Amino acid sequence: MNITVDVNELNTEFIVKLKGEIDAYTAPKLRESLFPISEQENVSITIDLTEVSYMDSTGLGVFVGAFKSVRAHNGEFTLVGLSERLRRLFDITGLADIIDIKSGTEGGLE
Amino acid sequence: MSQVYDYIEMKIPAKPEFIGVIRLTLSGIGSRMGFAYDEIEDLKIATSEACTNAVQHAYKDSEKGEVKVSFGLYPDRLEVMVSDSGKSCNFEEVRQGLGPYENGQKVELLREGGLGLYLIETLMDDVKIHQHDGVTVFMTKFLEGEQVEMDAKTVST
Repeated sequence: MNITVDVNELNTEFIVKLKGEIDAYTAPKLRESLFPISEQENVSITIDLTEVSYMDSTGLGVFVGAFKSVRAHNGEFTLVGLSERLRRLFDITGLADIIDIKSGTEGGLE
Repeated sequence: MSQVYDYIEMKIPAKPEFIGVIRLTLSGIGSRMGFAYDEIEDLKIATSEACTNAVQHAYKDSEKGEVKVSFGLYPDRLEVMVSDSGKSCNFEEVRQGLGPYENGQKVELLREGGLGLYLIETLMDDVKIHQHDGVTVFMTKFLEGEQVEMDAKTVST
């Protein structure tokens, strides 16, 4: 019932690996980790959700916020490694059409 | 309708760190009742959303409060009730701006919240919301097959 945020930086490319659950308790920590990165100019952020076992609307809110911030600073924002469950959450909320998403098999980083 | 089979009630402090405890309980109840994996995941999200609303809106930051979660286990369905006794928010206000995102929306205008109730209504089979001193969310999820059978009965005469 916690989350670990692992950030790997190479120039302006960030790969953020998340592990654990994203809910009302862990979302603030995730937000604090993502926002300073998202506010830099021209960054490319890839968020790997392979090891996220649970997520609800609080997580969606954080990703929408980060996505907006990245776009406002001319960057790129991609979500990868989504399980079918997570993918469904983005589908039913309509976010799958807005945010760049690569599901489990197409987006594995390892 | 049928009598309550079994009834389970929990009270948690109105703090976000305890919502995960409700999810763990729900996993146990759901698998005991024979819900499929996906249905249990739906139940977990919907119930967490209701708890998150209760924790975040009902008590603001000053008051210490409790969130009561009760589970009614019927042979054909699970009913989950989430209630708070805090000062309720203006529910109609919350309702507005509900719903999925639309393709083509301007990125800078995307909402960063307000999806909780939409998810509850999408993931559960029946949802009722009562507003009194606080807010109570009643949610029902039928065991797979049960609802189809019920519908079939009403269709065939």
